[in-house]
Amino acid sequence: MTVRELAETLGLEVLTGETNLMRPVRSGYTSDLLSDVIANIGDDAVWITIQRHVNILGVAKLKDVSAVIIPRKLELEESFLEKARQEGIAVLRGAPSAFELSALVYELLKRG
Amino acid sequence: MVDSLAYTPQITLDFEIGEKDFFVAGECASRVKKTLQQLGLKQDVIKRIAIIIYEAAMNVAIHATSGRLVVHVEPDAITIRTEDVGAGIEDIDLAMKEGYSTASYEIREMGFGAGMGLSNIKQCSDDLNIESRVGVGTTLNARVFFRDERRHEGA
Repeated sequence: MTVRELAETLGLEVLTGETNLMRPVRSGYTSDLLSDVIANIGDDAVWITIQRHVNILGVAKLKDVSAVIIPRKLELEESFLEKARQEGIAVLRGAPSAFELSALVYELLKRG
Repeated sequence: MVDSLAYTPQITLDFEIGEKDFFVAGECASRVKKTLQQLGLKQDVIKRIAIIIYEAAMNVAIHATSGRLVVHVEPDAITIRTEDVGAGIEDIDLAMKEGYSTASYEIREMGFGAGMGLSNIKQCSDDLNIESRVGVGTTLNARVFFRDERRHEGA
């Protein structure tokens, strides 16, 4: 499954244009603690977090995440999205909570 | 993928880290990761090294007023060293405990300062040495051997 397919299936907004939409998604991780993400996120993962400062993009890049997903329609600053586009990281956003998004992504990936 | 490098590359990468310069930690780790991938090192070893670099650089950015990170690649191992000028660590054993943190509320709110940095570094290193003087600064030396069987040897 690609980032684009995941976004379309779950009805998530794509906030970074065409950036990284063809990347495969094979796993996911939900956490707001950066040390936890650094140590435990898997390969080709979507990262669900409410953190929205530019420093999380350093983590996203380092762990080569497929996309960052922001829950609860939380507001994002344009500077964050601009940096994400620059670094080639897709940012998606949805209405459900982090808990609900995790369940939706999990079910979707399990189905394959 | 290789256990050791066939030649002696003697690569040294050197980064300046400013106070509260949080983005640089990811940059340092990404740059070294890319270099090691080009050298053909095993993915799991690269992952461990990237975690050490990120956490060590973050510690400098969070707790010090200035510092640097130097990565030295040898044929069979890598050394990661940070040197900083800053608060120093009062009790290193306590600082090593997972969950212990002296980071401010603002730092924690950003998702840093969870008290996992040093324990992450320890878990990923084969050899770790920290020296610190309160009010002066801290030096951290971590080594990772490229062969898995040497992991934690003598530790």
